[in-house]
Amino acid sequence: MTLPLFFFYLFSAIAIVSAVMVISGRNPVHAVLFLILAFFNASGLFMLAGAEFLALLLIVVYVGAVAVLFLFVVMMLDVDFASMRQGFLQYAPVGVIVGIVLLLELLLLAGSFVISPEAAGGAALPIDGTVDNMRAIGQVLYTRYVFLFQGAAAVLLVAMIGAIVLTLKHKANVKRQNPVDQVARRASETLEVVKVKSGQGL
Amino acid sequence: MNSDVIDFASLAPAYPEMLLALGAVVLLMVGVAINKERSILVSYASVLLLLVVAALILFAPAEGVLFNGVFIGDSFARFMKVLVLGGSAFSLLLALPRAEEHGTHKFEYAILVLLATLGMMAMVSANDLMSLYVGLELQSLSLYVLAAIKRDDGKATEAGLKYFVLGALSSGMLLYGASLIYGFTGHTNLQEIVLAIASEGRSIGLIFGVVFLLAGVAFKISAVPFHMWTPDVYEGAPTPVTAFFATAPKVAAMALMVRLVMDTFQGISHDWQQIVIFLSIASMVLAAFAAIGQKSIKRLIAYSSIGHVGFALVGLSSGTQVGVEGVAIYMAIYVTMTVGLFACILSLRTEAGYVENISDLAGAAQARPFVAAIMAIIMFSLIGMPPLAGFFAKWHAFLAAIDAQLYVLAVIGVLASAVSAFYYLRVIKIMYFDEPVAKFEAVPAELNIIMGLSGFLLVTYYFTVGSPLASFAHTAAGSLF
Repeated sequence: MTLPLFFFYLFSAIAIVSAVMVISGRNPVHAVLFLILAFFNASGLFMLAGAEFLALLLIVVYVGAVAVLFLFVVMMLDVDFASMRQGFLQYAPVGVIVGIVLLLELLLLAGSFVISPEAAGGAALPIDGTVDNMRAIGQVLYTRYVFLFQGAAAVLLVAMIGAIVLTLKHKANVKRQNPVDQVARRASETLEVVKVKSGQGL
Repeated sequence: MNSDVIDFASLAPAYPEMLLALGAVVLLMVGVAINKERSILVSYASVLLLLVVAALILFAPAEGVLFNGVFIGDSFARFMKVLVLGGSAFSLLLALPRAEEHGTHKFEYAILVLLATLGMMAMVSANDLMSLYVGLELQSLSLYVLAAIKRDDGKATEAGLKYFVLGALSSGMLLYGASLIYGFTGHTNLQEIVLAIASEGRSIGLIFGVVFLLAGVAFKISAVPFHMWTPDVYEGAPTPVTAFFATAPKVAAMALMVRLVMDTFQGISHDWQQIVIFLSIASMVLAAFAAIGQKSIKRLIAYSSIGHVGFALVGLSSGTQVGVEGVAIYMAIYVTMTVGLFACILSLRTEAGYVENISDLAGAAQARPFVAAIMAIIMFSLIGMPPLAGFFAKWHAFLAAIDAQLYVLAVIGVLASAVSAFYYLRVIKIMYFDEPVAKFEAVPAELNIIMGLSGFLLVTYYFTVGSPLASFAHTAAGSLF
């Protein structure tokens, strides 16, 4: 068994086990932690497939942002998961049907590669093996697609301004940290050295 | 893989966009840094920035296709951008007096208007399905926030949410259409799509894509049957925000529509003509009848704007250069009338607050003769009375339709115009002949200037701006053919 194959089975096995744990775990916090484990292993699989940009993106976006957000929601909000689970069996048939449809679609997709192996080569753009994909994205992002990239940046800026202007409330009577004041503090202003004779107290 | 931008000077057609983007970001930082009480200064600076960008487009023309074909700067784009910038600048001015009351005193208001305008300029200059979508989303997302900027007001929040949900739906339709067009032609670049249609002809998938794409754009110009959001959003949003909604975004979306149907889908003009004619007739007729029963002024203006989009589409449905010229002139006059109309509404204020219902206008002619006179001029212009500007707008649009032998469309248009005269005249009647109910407060100077300017342009249109505007529109339309 070659080393990549060994890692492929390792990552796949852990990913499947942790995915099962996500849906079967009773504690929602554990479920989210297993979800993060599944993401890490999926990212390892991407790395093995040579898609290192996607692998890192998966960690940065899904683990760094989405899963942490889940964790916050689970821990901060008092969601009663036991009551949400009720009626699970009632909807199980629908879930099974959706699962079967998805499985069939996967089989169809995989089948097309088995039946006609040349279909994989029919992609619109041939893959340039000499350039790794992070470099390939870097080469077009600020040249060919600079207008669209900056446009998307402006959309995100609007989203940020919008979220702030619609939700941020300035409360007058909230005590805030002021780092400038904290740094500017001097020992002479706040500290007083007192000599205490033993046995006397202050 | 290489960029077509070799040096900074080759970016000349995109200078206005770059200046606006840079200015918006700088003003955003200034707004964060300065004292909250002085944040209205950011609004003044934004108006100035918009006017400078408009002057740059007018007096330093540069044309060309940039950024690997996603951006086009031509005469048509220049004409429409000047209109968009003018509409934005004047509607931003309208928000300045008593900004506190409208919720537009926050500096973010001006920044969002600037970024929305940037999105509109990207829409007007879009030469690719991707840049079209990015521009449209930049514009729409800013508008959703602007509708709800008065966040403690229930109606404004409702308007923002409604606009957001329906806007997201329309964006979905537009994207679906774009994906179908990409799938059936193999290109996202509009010029490439023209060539693909020319060589491969029409296919059912392409027609489906065009229908969805036009439905998405029709939502943005609020043409019937995609107009449902308009009255609610116009009524709920603060009045200066409504003024902004009724001017610049409509011009940008109309420019996008013109570019798509006249340029990109020129090869399948028979197919889109049916759609545009239907949108046009439905908008004119529905607006004319639905506006009759309205009590709120802002809802009345919403229906009036739906109707005017229908009239502009009359020019477009001809599919000729004269038609595009008609649309360009129509939008210019429409913006002038709308800005003036909102200035009038914002200057009529009683102790109880701004006038909301048409009946509140009673006796305005005695208390505020200037405002009432300007409003009457604008109403007559909206009807299309000669020699006011509104007459020439409709004249150009109907002329194009008659040239293209769309007689039925032109007749329906004139009839709808006659029906719509009823509700415009009713406003004048209430102002001049009804007994005054409440006392009106003094009018801020900015609004007087805007009203005077708008009234002057509408009355003297034929002798002053008429012929330069027509020649500018002629060159603009010529660049699409």
